[in-house]
Amino acid sequence: MLAESLLSLPSPLSISIWWNGGSILGVLLGFQILTGLFLSMHYTADMVNTFSSVIHIMRDAPMGWLFRNLHANGASLFFVFMYLHVGRGLYYQSYISQPRTWMIGVTILFVSMGTAFLGYVLPWGQMSFWGATVITNLLSAIPYLGPSVVEWVWGGFCVGQSTLNRFFSLHFILPFLIGGLSGLHLIFLHEKGSTNPLGDLNHVSKIPFHPYFTWKDMVGFLVLFTMLAILGFFYPTILGDPDNFIHANPMVTPVHIQPEWYFLFAYAILRSIPSKLGGVIALVMSIAILYFLPIAGAKGAVPSSFTPPYQVTFWVLVVFFIILTWLGACPIEEPYLSLAGPLTVLYFLSFLVLVSLPVLWKKLVLF
Amino acid sequence: MAAFAGRTTKQALLRAKPAFVNQKATLVSLRGKNGKKVAWLLGSLAVGGGTVVATALAQPAFASDLVLHPPKFPWTHNGHLAALDHASVRRGYEVYKQVCAACHSMKYLCYRNLVNVIMTEDEAKAEAEEALVEDGPNDAGEMFERPGKLSDHFPDPYKNDEQARAANNGALPPDLSYIVLARHGGEDYIFSLLTGYSDPPAGVKLMEGQHFNAYFPGGAIGMAQALYNEIIEYSDGTPATQSQLAKDVATFLKWAGEPEHDVRKLYGFRALIILSFLIGVTYYMKRHKWSVLKSRKLAFKPPSYK
Repeated sequence: MLAESLLSLPSPLSISIWWNGGSILGVLLGFQILTGLFLSMHYTADMVNTFSSVIHIMRDAPMGWLFRNLHANGASLFFVFMYLHVGRGLYYQSYISQPRTWMIGVTILFVSMGTAFLGYVLPWGQMSFWGATVITNLLSAIPYLGPSVVEWVWGGFCVGQSTLNRFFSLHFILPFLIGGLSGLHLIFLHEKGSTNPLGDLNHVSKIPFHPYFTWKDMVGFLVLFTMLAILGFFYPTILGDPDNFIHANPMVTPVHIQPEWYFLFAYAILRSIPSKLGGVIALVMSIAILYFLPIAGAKGAVPSSFTPPYQVTFWVLVVFFIILTWLGACPIEEPYLSLAGPLTVLYFLSFLVLVSLPVLWKKLVLF
Repeated sequence: MAAFAGRTTKQALLRAKPAFVNQKATLVSLRGKNGKKVAWLLGSLAVGGGTVVATALAQPAFASDLVLHPPKFPWTHNGHLAALDHASVRRGYEVYKQVCAACHSMKYLCYRNLVNVIMTEDEAKAEAEEALVEDGPNDAGEMFERPGKLSDHFPDPYKNDEQARAANNGALPPDLSYIVLARHGGEDYIFSLLTGYSDPPAGVKLMEGQHFNAYFPGGAIGMAQALYNEIIEYSDGTPATQSQLAKDVATFLKWAGEPEHDVRKLYGFRALIILSFLIGVTYYMKRHKWSVLKSRKLAFKPPSYK
């Protein structure tokens, strides 16, 4: 079975480098688990000593700085490739040709986001603590049960020792869940075979996975490791926040609380809606909307390769995503606040256009 | 990055291989000569428009911006492969020890960290012994003081935060171990702050014990100007001007926050050389394996019904 999946798997000849994302993510997941394992050997999930234990890793553990730099920046790269992977699936309508694979993929995205958030809390710096406080407080928006759920998640009356302990446990175990889900993702993928730029699964030409894609994937892995090396060795703190080099202090709120860059678009959407519950729903829906694409996307639609407006809409959505990411990092003041609202609407509207266009295009232009 | 990867592998952005696009479909796609231009134009307009909007919106001044951002200084260690100026680190330690250590702790630094960076092992031992460190309890259950050892952390100037606040008009002098990493602007900010004291502008009122520094958020800082020309005498004879003192202590604090700085860049350089070689070899092998498929010619031969 392994040989069938890895060596002789019939693969479309025409898939481009955009199809390298999945294997890169798999390797990166393994890399994160491995570096995380080494970090956990020196890490202490204790409110008083956590910050010092991370400094101990950076200063005293043999090559500890390297493991931490690679692990922290590996998380960022994981999201770079995750977004590219989802973007490729969206562009080539994988949600129509591979709906089950798509659904599992969106779940992996959700679990990865949770895992990254939990990991960000662990160094127990100022942004870790206040990030945990802000994000866990979102649960208080749940009608009736909100406050109880928040305290249940905290394990107390505020973000504290119990919260840190359980966050560490969950951060350790969730990557294995992601690994399991990735296995399911692959099983469903191999059921029909990979999609291709033409957008249908009636492949006219297939080649064995090995040696063609094994060599192609190896190039991808090495590009990944080069990116990791550039970040980890030369710019280890460029994606971090200076406030996280200050020990968590519940008495001092940072001037500008913001999550890591990969959550900023969702954070901007959250802030754009005045109602707390509405903001939380929009935040969840900014990702959960991907679940609805296989349901909304029509099976007989024209592939995106032959639907120019679909391609343009996709890139417009990418621009909205980038601007929302930028807005998430801006202070909460005008005109950023006013700008985020319409962009949130346009972000969600783009998905509606994406699922409607191929069918309309078929009716209007092709046939 | 993605576009660069696409170009270097001779594959246009998210484009299907032309050989596999059937002719009818090509007529209505953006892959025609004009269609491609239109697609790029629309894409460029969308990206360019977004960038212009973002830039334009970032121009106005806001309340949150009422702080003077430090300029970028040409630190010698800024280069991708540049090491820290260790003579400057050594002088910076002298500044810290003689000026900053009176109020600021560096609790994450040990005397052993100084060995072979700022001084020899013997010198570091002698340096540690100058400090009295509380240890114990002894056999009688009493705490006692002993000369410091290499493994000891730098001593804290105050017994606790409350004492530190009481001695500084309520302001708590921050620990300096990670001050460069913990402040926006890093060493540029530290240098600007140390050399940026001035009289308060008209209309700015300071409370007792506060000083004006345009680089400090809010402008009112509890720390008085600490560095003046010739406030200390460098052991290597370098003229101790204010800017020299500020530059040296900022470099020292940069090292304190990232003691692995030089090794990190060295290893990074080695890693990039190895990875470049491996990418070259692997990419060549990939091209080699694919060459048969890439260079084959497919032809449609209509069936003959004769």
